[in-house]
Amino acid sequence: MLEARDVKLAFGQTPALRGATLAVAEGEIVAVMGPSGSGKSTLLHCLAGILVPDEGEIMFDGTRVDQLDETRRSTLRRDRFGFVFQFGQLVPELTAEDNVALPLLLGGARRAAAVAEARPWFAKLGLDGLEQRRSGELSGGEAQRVALARALVAKPRVLFADEPTGSLDSLTGEQVMDLMVDSARAQGTTVVLVTHEARVAAYADRQVIVRDGRVHALAAARGAS
Amino acid sequence: MSVPLTLLGLLEREPSHGYDLKRDYDTFFGRGKPLSFGQVYATLSRLARDGKVVISDVEPGEGPDRKRYVITDAGATEVDAWLTEPVEPEPHLQTVLFAKVVLSLMLGRSAEDYLDLQRNAHLRRMQALTDIKRAGNLVDAMLADHGLFHLEADLHWIETTVARLDALTKEVRDA
Repeated sequence: MLEARDVKLAFGQTPALRGATLAVAEGEIVAVMGPSGSGKSTLLHCLAGILVPDEGEIMFDGTRVDQLDETRRSTLRRDRFGFVFQFGQLVPELTAEDNVALPLLLGGARRAAAVAEARPWFAKLGLDGLEQRRSGELSGGEAQRVALARALVAKPRVLFADEPTGSLDSLTGEQVMDLMVDSARAQGTTVVLVTHEARVAAYADRQVIVRDGRVHALAAARGAS
Repeated sequence: MSVPLTLLGLLEREPSHGYDLKRDYDTFFGRGKPLSFGQVYATLSRLARDGKVVISDVEPGEGPDRKRYVITDAGATEVDAWLTEPVEPEPHLQTVLFAKVVLSLMLGRSAEDYLDLQRNAHLRRMQALTDIKRAGNLVDAMLADHGLFHLEADLHWIETTVARLDALTKEVRDA
């Protein structure tokens, strides 16, 4: 469903990916692990159509993402993908509710419909009563749950999460991961999760390691012996 | 896990019968390794012999008589001492990992292949513990967390060792 085939990408003279290959199945939760500078975030950005590789292919549902122009990749990201990052994702001027509704509004939904769709996520993610707060009035964990709701509200086919618990303490990070996994499974969303934390990666069905710009598939899928 | 001290601790809470002690032990401490009745009664007999518990009364029943055990002052002192002493920190697993890595290098084998296998095994165990944690109650979650943090520490060591393998290889082979 989503695949990187022998992807290479360099930033100037510095190679970030040196032939990375990864296939992700529909509905699968895959954790991409690796040390700092290994290329794991670069791989996520290539899979998500944010970066275009120098060589290799990115396939999503039979489409060569790397061959799409920026406008089409932008549409793909908006309509099919959701994103959760480590820091600063919420629009500070908007309320939490408007932040969650934002992808629907950008997709052309009317405001009332978008807000109506956004609202149930607050109960689902334990955010009741915080709808009218702005990001500066939310704790780190609350802001990250709002970001998660915003990433999932448009029912994306793939959720890309880059160090989603990186700025949270262990317990708050666990809450976010519990909610992410439960929500993604409930709506059949595929998840590509970049993390350097093994405890976070353990939530995934499968873990791969990126080392020196290449992907090493190691752990067996969840439930396999 | 010290079974005698844990049973003593349960008796410090309240006097109890062997059956109830086994039930409480299994509920809180025996995850995956419940006590056998034989082990419970053998332990209680030893504790009674050593003066740490006494039998307060015996109730006749349909089966064997039910003995009610009560902790003594000596038993309570031992529980108190146990609960206030830190456990000896034991870097047990790391020494095995270390020995396997160094021996692999000495024998010209791939330590990296071994570390990859070990990382795989650790990650799979962490997946299993995460599943237990997500499906269970708070007691399960705390036990799983203990395992998860230890496995994570091992993984940090594995990653650091992988990064140092070239230097370590040279040091081991030059020695």
